[in-house]
Order: sequence, then C-alpha cells, then structure tokens
Amino acid sequence: MSTTAAEIDGPVAVTESMGARIVRLIGTTPVYIVVVVLGLLWLVPTLGLLLTSLIVPEQVGSAGWWEVLSKPSLATLENYGDILDNEAITSAIWTTLWISLGATVLPIVVAALAAYAFAWLEFPGRDWLFLIVVALLVVPIQMALIPIFSLYNDLGLFDTIIGLILFHTAFGLPFAIFLLRNFFIGIPKDLIEAARIDGASELRIFARLILPLGLPAIASLAIFQFLWVWNDLLVALTFGQETQPITVAIFSQLRAFGANIELIAPAAFLSLAIPLIVFFAFQRYFVQGLLAGSVK
Amino acid sequence: MSEAATTAEPLAGAPPEDEEGRWRGYGITVAFLAPALLLLAVWIVYPMVHTTYRSFFDRSGDDFVAFDNYREIFTQDTLVTAIKNNALWVLLVPAFVTAIGLVFAVLTEKVRFAVAFKTVVFMPMAISLFAAGVIWRVMYEKDPNQGAVNASIGVVKDAVSPSGVLSNARPSTEGLEGTPAGGLALAAPVEPGAVALLGLTAIRASDVPDDAEPAVRPEPLQGGIAGVVWRDFLPGGGEAGVVEEGETGLPGVTVELRDQSGSTVADGETEANGTFAFEDVEAGSYRVAIGASTFATAFEGYSWLGPSLITPAIMIAYIWVWAGFAMVVIAAGLSAIPRDLLEAARTDGASEWQVFRRVTIPLLAPVLTVVFITMLIYVLKVFDIVIAVAPGSVQDDANVIALAMWRTSFGGVNDFGLGSAIAVFLFILVIPVLAVNIRRFRREV
Repeated sequence: MSTTAAEIDGPVAVTESMGARIVRLIGTTPVYIVVVVLGLLWLVPTLGLLLTSLIVPEQVGSAGWWEVLSKPSLATLENYGDILDNEAITSAIWTTLWISLGATVLPIVVAALAAYAFAWLEFPGRDWLFLIVVALLVVPIQMALIPIFSLYNDLGLFDTIIGLILFHTAFGLPFAIFLLRNFFIGIPKDLIEAARIDGASELRIFARLILPLGLPAIASLAIFQFLWVWNDLLVALTFGQETQPITVAIFSQLRAFGANIELIAPAAFLSLAIPLIVFFAFQRYFVQGLLAGSVK
Repeated sequence: MSEAATTAEPLAGAPPEDEEGRWRGYGITVAFLAPALLLLAVWIVYPMVHTTYRSFFDRSGDDFVAFDNYREIFTQDTLVTAIKNNALWVLLVPAFVTAIGLVFAVLTEKVRFAVAFKTVVFMPMAISLFAAGVIWRVMYEKDPNQGAVNASIGVVKDAVSPSGVLSNARPSTEGLEGTPAGGLALAAPVEPGAVALLGLTAIRASDVPDDAEPAVRPEPLQGGIAGVVWRDFLPGGGEAGVVEEGETGLPGVTVELRDQSGSTVADGETEANGTFAFEDVEAGSYRVAIGASTFATAFEGYSWLGPSLITPAIMIAYIWVWAGFAMVVIAAGLSAIPRDLLEAARTDGASEWQVFRRVTIPLLAPVLTVVFITMLIYVLKVFDIVIAVAPGSVQDDANVIALAMWRTSFGGVNDFGLGSAIAVFLFILVIPVLAVNIRRFRREV
C-alpha cells in the first residue's frame, strides 16, 4: 500500500515546478495553522481540569493551572491519594460502575428480544407497535420523574441501585430497539428460514444466530448506553440519596466550589477518565453507533 | 408506513390454517416482547399519563386547579426567565453547532492530521455534560490568576493598554491634586530651574517595583525642570512632602510637563531612584504631573459566572461539547458526496466557493438538517451543564425549562403540580420535533 502511494506521489512531485510547490505550501499553511489552533483550543479546557487536579493543596486557589507547566514542582498526586482515601468518593465510583453495568446489560438483553420479534416474527399490528415504541424516544425524562418518584417511594425502590437501573433501562429501550431491529432485519432471511426448517426454536435462533450476527450493533449500543448511564446526573439526583454515583457526589460538593476544588477537580477528572478510556478503546463502534442513530 | 401496515393486514385477516400453531406462535411473540413492553409501560407510558393528569392539580394534589399551573409558568419570574433563556438557546446554539461542525468537517478534508484533530474535537462528547460543566467552571473563574478565560483576555488587554505600576497610590500632601484617572498634578506652577517633588503614599511595599533605589532629591537643573517621584512614607512617621532617608524612589512612573493650558509639552519616565528631568525648557510656568497611565488598574476579570454573562458562558461550554458530534456526522456526509460531481463543477469553471455554496451545501442539506434537529431536541432539554456551571446564586438567571422543572419538583420547592405542568410544557415543545422524526423513521423503516 505504501509503495503504491509513493509511486503515485513520485511523478507528481517531479512534474510540479518548484514555484507551484511553494505556492501550494503557502496556500495550505494558513489552513494548517487554523486547524492546529482550533485543536489546541478544544484541548485546553480538559487539560485545565487535569492540571488543576494536580496542583499541590496549599497552592490551589492561588496558582493558575497553567503555572504547573512552567513550575512542575507545583504538581502532585496527593489530591488523588486523598480522594481515593475518601470513603464517599470511592463508594460513589463503585455505585456508578454497578449502575452503568446493570443498565447496559439489561436494556440490551430486553431490547434484543423485542427487536428480534419486530424484525422476524409475524404478528398483527407489528409495524404500528414498533413505530409507537420508537416514538417514545422523544419523551423527555422529565415526564417520568414525578410519578416514578412516588412509585419508588411506595415500592421501596427509592435510593436503590435497582431502581436507578430499571429507570435507565426503560429510557434506553426505544433507541436500543430501534437500532437493533434495523440491524437484525439486515440479516439474510435464508439463514433464519433454514434454521426454522431445521426445527430450531425461536429462542435458539435468537441465541445462536441473531445475537452473534448482531454483535457489531450490540457493541455500539453497549458503549453508548454505558456512557449514557455513567454520565447521568438528572436521574441519579432525583432517585438517589445515599446511593450516589460519582456525578451526584461531585454535585453535592459544588456549593462551595472554591473551597472544595482540590476534591472536585480530581474527582471530576476521575469520573471522565473512564468514559475517555472507553471512548478511545472503542472509538470505531462509538462513531458507527452515532451515525446509525444520532437521535437518542 | 402504509405499505408496512398492509403487509401485516392479510396475516391478521387470513383464514386460520392451523389454529393451534398460530396461537403458539403468538405466545412466543409475546414472550419476546413482554419484558420490553412491560418496562416501557410502567416507566414511560404510565408516567406520561400520570404527569399530565397531575399537572391539573395543586401542590398538595387534592384540589383540581385546571390550567392554573400552566398560567403560573408564564407569570412566575424565574419561570419566565427560563422560557426566555431556553428560547435563546434554541435560536443560537443549534445554528452555531451546525455551522462550526460544517467548518470543522471541511477543514478536516484539507489537512493530513485530520484523525488527530477529529479525535481532539470529538473527545468532549464522551465525557458527561456535567463534567464538562465542571471543566468550564474552572475555566471561567473570575480572578485572572485562576481562570484561563480571563487570564487570556487579560494578556490581550495588557498588550493593548498596559496596567500602571501604581494602581492604588494617593498623593502624600495636598500640593498634589487631581484624580488618578486624569493624572495627579502639582498645584503650584513651576518654572525652569525649579525642583518638583511628587510624593505618593498608600503604596504597598510589595507593589514597589523590584529595581527601586532609595529616593534622592535631585539638584536643580539650569534651564530645565528636575524632580522626583517617591514613596513618601517612613514606617513610624516621617515628614510628608520631604525626601527623607529610608524612603524609596518610584521608577517607571510616567511624568508629564504641562503648560498653562493643560496640554502636555514633554513627558518622560522616572529613574530607579525616582528622579526625572526635563531639559531645555522654555521660560514660563508649567505644571508637573504624573500621567494617568501610572494609575491604570490591572484587569480584574469579567464575571462569567455572574448574572449577566452566565447564559452565554454556558452556551460556549455546550458548543464546545457538541461541535465534535456535528463535525463527525457532517464529515461522514461530506465523504459520501461523489467526487466527480465536484470535479465536474470545477471543470465548468466554478470557483471553490461556488462549488461549496452551490454543490456541496445542497447535497449536505439532509445531513445538516439531522444535526440541527438533533441539537434542537437536546437544547430544549438542556439541564446538566447549566446546573454544573451556574453557581446556586445565579441559577435563577441561568434558568432553563428542564432546570426549572427539577428545581420546582425536587429542589426545595417540591411543588409536584407545577413541576408536572412544566414537564408537560417541555413535552409539548418537543412534539413538533417528534413529528419530523417520525416522518424520517417511516422513510427508514
């Protein structure tokens, strides 16, 4: 591949005169500069939080984070040590993890079952029902907060991880069903017909055929849903009290922002490190899912 | 949809060939659908109905109040602010995000390190809007020594109009009059050969420039005016208006020589020991003054988190997050445009701008619409980033509908009637968008 590229480039470079080349370089340089500047501009805020989280506690509140770049002695990992010793923060991180995992696996299983029915089982009113389910996509979470708050109080689900998982599951379903159904319907009909003729049950077809073939879509969906739940503030703030994910734990410190910054900055950075790792590890699926849906 | 519905029709109306098998088939279907439908019914459909119902009752839930809660939305101050702010969000943010996404997408086509650029711009999408809010709260700190935004503005301001060496100084005697804003001038006129003494006080020791030397009373200058600007202060006393041992000169101060009409005929800067000299001054009487620039105060920072700037500040943070989304979706649309179409336009003699304006943009229109509408839905429901960036004291000024709903229902007021009405209001606002989306889905289904 690289050799062919060189072959194509070669003759062009020869035929292009020196002058034309200089003109081309000068023509593109401003674009390069603009792109680099914009890239830095987009990077600076996140970098700012990272460096703020590293400033030695005595200097937080007097030194600007950019001073760390010229005076590395201002930086320390002490703040991170402190928040990892902080019971409230560590338990919040575990809570976030459990909620995120539960609210990723459950909706995917439930949605995959339903998506299979919408894609490959015949029943009256199927397409209308599917349309209604997809239409639920646009219902704002706010429409459900008050009734579910009362319901959870009655059922004892208030302030529980299960309560949060179920809420996220329900609101994740319309998008998940939409995405998976559209993917499943692309699976060749012959494969499914053949399996049915062979006498495989629908559940068997679902587990042995559809799920493995649907894996790319399921992966995209899993990443989306995981990040969505990990990043949630509204739902957890409403239905949690002692059961706090990291966003809520940080939120409760915001009231005294200046005084708590040596706790807020590292905790916030920790909370966004996981999504960033997930994002960088699965970037391809993430972008695919985005292009497939771009609605949620 | 119409053809989809008809495909289901014959099946329902078809004569039962195998009654038992068909019912068994439905049983399986129900088993596959039941968990999803149950969850949707309990967590989305039932609450929708209940919230709508609840919105017609008062706070306690006992008394039917018809549309009172809805009337409240448009009369209560903080809720009206929320609607106004949300209108501003809808007008500005989707357009900005789409435009910036388009520019970025086009830029990525022109450079070699496009992947790195795309990754950097897209990165904020992965983190929560709440964490993004915390990030920008750090950026927006008012003190230019803390907040990067004000620090950058300070640097630019300083380059344009530098702040003075002595921002807080005051005259030490009444012989020096005027205001810091217009400069301080000696009350008594001076003539060539005189020595001007300009004593200042109220200068913190830390504000005295590092290179300052002990003040010296200069010798009179033949045909010129000499003088000194110094810190006229001795710990434990000292005489005002007299240069004494232990007092320091103030270097770098702008000194002006003004004629009778008040216009400046000469200016200069003081030496390390505070002395200055105007040589070869024509006969006449003059006044010696310290220029206003000496007292110019340092930039103290805009209060981005204050009531007046908070909404634009949050919008900037929000655009920072979403630009990457718009860029990626638009770039995908851009790469799907057939190259030969663009080439054809170019060979027909169209300029690059014409190609972009007349060929690229029309072909991109569906993608741009998707981005715009998606942003519209999100912007109507914006919540996390507002609550994260806006300090509690300015949340009334930064209010948006979703935040108002939460604060009314759970943030201390705990009025479920009004809260439900706000939720329904929000839902009604999204319905037109829902209609557009359904049309899109129907095309795709």
